[in-house]
Amino acid sequence: MIEQILFLLISSVAIFFFVKNIGKIRRNILLGKDIDLSDNKAERWKTMLKVAFGQTKMAARPVPFVLHFIVYAGFILINIEVLEIFIDGIFGTHRALSLFGPIYNLAIGFFEILAFGVLISCIIFLCRRYVVKLKRFQSLELKGFANQDATTILFIEIILMAALLKMNAFDQMIQAEEGTHIGSFPISQFIVPLYESFHFSIATLIVFERMCWWFHIIGIFLFMNYLPFSKHFHVILAFPNTYYSNLKAKGNLNNMASVTQEVKLMLDPRTQASEAYEAPTSFGVKDVTDLTWKNLMDAYSCTECGRCTSSCPQNFTGKLLSPRKIMMDTRDRLEEVGKNIDANKGTFVDDAKNLHSYVSEEELWACNTCNACVEACPININPMEIIVEMRRYKVMEQSSAPSSLNNMFSNLENNQAPWQFSPMDRANWTQEA
Amino acid sequence: MIEFKVKTIAEMTAAGEEADILFWVGCAGSFDERAQKITKAVAKILHAANIKFAILGTEEACTGDPAKRAGNEFLYQMLAMQNITTLNAYNIKKIVTACPHCFNTIKNEYPELGGSYEVLHHTTLINQLLNEGKIAIKGGAFKGKRITYHDSCYLGRANNIFEAPRSVIEKLDVELVEMTRSKANGLCCGAGGAQMFKDAEKGTKEVNNERIEDALETKSDIVAAACPFCMTMLRDGVKHHNKEQEVQVFDVAELIMTAMDL
Repeated sequence: MIEQILFLLISSVAIFFFVKNIGKIRRNILLGKDIDLSDNKAERWKTMLKVAFGQTKMAARPVPFVLHFIVYAGFILINIEVLEIFIDGIFGTHRALSLFGPIYNLAIGFFEILAFGVLISCIIFLCRRYVVKLKRFQSLELKGFANQDATTILFIEIILMAALLKMNAFDQMIQAEEGTHIGSFPISQFIVPLYESFHFSIATLIVFERMCWWFHIIGIFLFMNYLPFSKHFHVILAFPNTYYSNLKAKGNLNNMASVTQEVKLMLDPRTQASEAYEAPTSFGVKDVTDLTWKNLMDAYSCTECGRCTSSCPQNFTGKLLSPRKIMMDTRDRLEEVGKNIDANKGTFVDDAKNLHSYVSEEELWACNTCNACVEACPININPMEIIVEMRRYKVMEQSSAPSSLNNMFSNLENNQAPWQFSPMDRANWTQEA
Repeated sequence: MIEFKVKTIAEMTAAGEEADILFWVGCAGSFDERAQKITKAVAKILHAANIKFAILGTEEACTGDPAKRAGNEFLYQMLAMQNITTLNAYNIKKIVTACPHCFNTIKNEYPELGGSYEVLHHTTLINQLLNEGKIAIKGGAFKGKRITYHDSCYLGRANNIFEAPRSVIEKLDVELVEMTRSKANGLCCGAGGAQMFKDAEKGTKEVNNERIEDALETKSDIVAAACPFCMTMLRDGVKHHNKEQEVQVFDVAELIMTAMDL
């Protein structure tokens, strides 16, 4: 009974904080400008099923695809076992779902294999990061918290899976003493011999089994509450983020409606602005709140895998630009703005910083707008859009493009071509030999 | 040398004629010496296919793509609206262009400003003409050559046109070899996003030199391009590696022109 009360108490606290922090992320995302993505529901569901559930874009790199798929399947399916832990915790039962009999036994066995797979995959992931030292995990932007975050996640997963397997091992030993037979244990049966020589009493075994059980579920609660502060939040946001994917051609860069009205007024002075028309106050993206909520959701969905950066032509030719850093900067700045709002009773107080304090001009001007980063992202994040929006601010608000681009702009204005040729010579090629 | 008269849409309209299709030449195609050859190749192919085409001539202005990608939406929209006014005034319905940047902008971005047209990239149109038998190539010119095709970002990733140019090349009786990074994973030539008009940022390498290494690895005789900006970048890359004797860069239209003996 005490155990049940304790369980309810711990789970309530864990869920309370989890919901609270998700609420904060939701609030932060909604600080972005509105964009209507409520169209094409069928197409959106299809994209989500394919890209998030089906992980189709992961397949471009087969090794991490397989490893990640195991961890992903583990995450989804082992949650069924967590459901049982929940039921057992609340009602004080033991293996409540065993009423399903043979199916249950099969499932437990399958979960064990999966848990072992997750454990091995996470070890390989750690090796890729710290032994093989894959290039995309050595970037500058990962120094500090980002690396620590990745390592923490992998260790927690390894420990949780180990606890699950150990719990099953003790349970088997108890069952052997009691002569019962629930579940199948293709993996944890190999842990049993390690403890058999100690000849623990059944009471001790029950204590050990309970300890593993509590360790596992408290670990899960802690991990759950770590998510909102981690890149690992992608396990949740990958789904809505792919649902709200850009469905237009990748080459289609958004039209700035605020500019259209201004240009119309400029080109034809007879055009009358409607009474309700308010001249826009600023153009492009200065701070995260000028981005759309989808851009901000992208930032919270990013798990910093670096496929974008490793396919960026500018990055692998040694330039500063890294699409992953753009996403990390956006999230960092958004978190900062969110904390500012929290600290100032719900209103943002100017802190003399903006997104440009995080992303330098050198990064912004290097982009080829080639869409390689967009193509590479396994969950359809778009770093390029943020780059172009920030360029818009640089050009239209600060007039601070590189001088060569300013020359190109004046050529376009004067000659309708990016070079200094007379527009009257445009058809000369028809005459030349 | 073009042995027929390329008419402007103004001339055609004045003569009471209608064009089947408008050939959007683009700034590179109009002014860049190397790209002019691509322009002429396209014009010759259209002429050989008996297509009544016209150009805007001096009425054409930059689509605004480099301005838009560089963040100057004002300038982009001014150019776009000027072009849309011209195109709509001539009641243009169908456009072909040899520049993927013009293609992308007119096809995807003009509709929101009031300019909706059927837009074809020249590789798509050439593929159609070949399939329909409107033009025919004589085998032999490139027989046995190894050709690798470089995907332009704005044709490939941006608009999912991967097969049309390849299908055209395959009809040349050549060995089409793929670079390790191709199609959706193709590597940019380094020109897009207005990089063509500025120096690169500090780094260890120029993007075009990196890309041409992919092409050189295939040991091809010819690198085929489908974009005038890729053309410039790839040729500079070949020069950088001193491979001008071994490797030539041609636009898909030029290959077809040669194979058609035009």
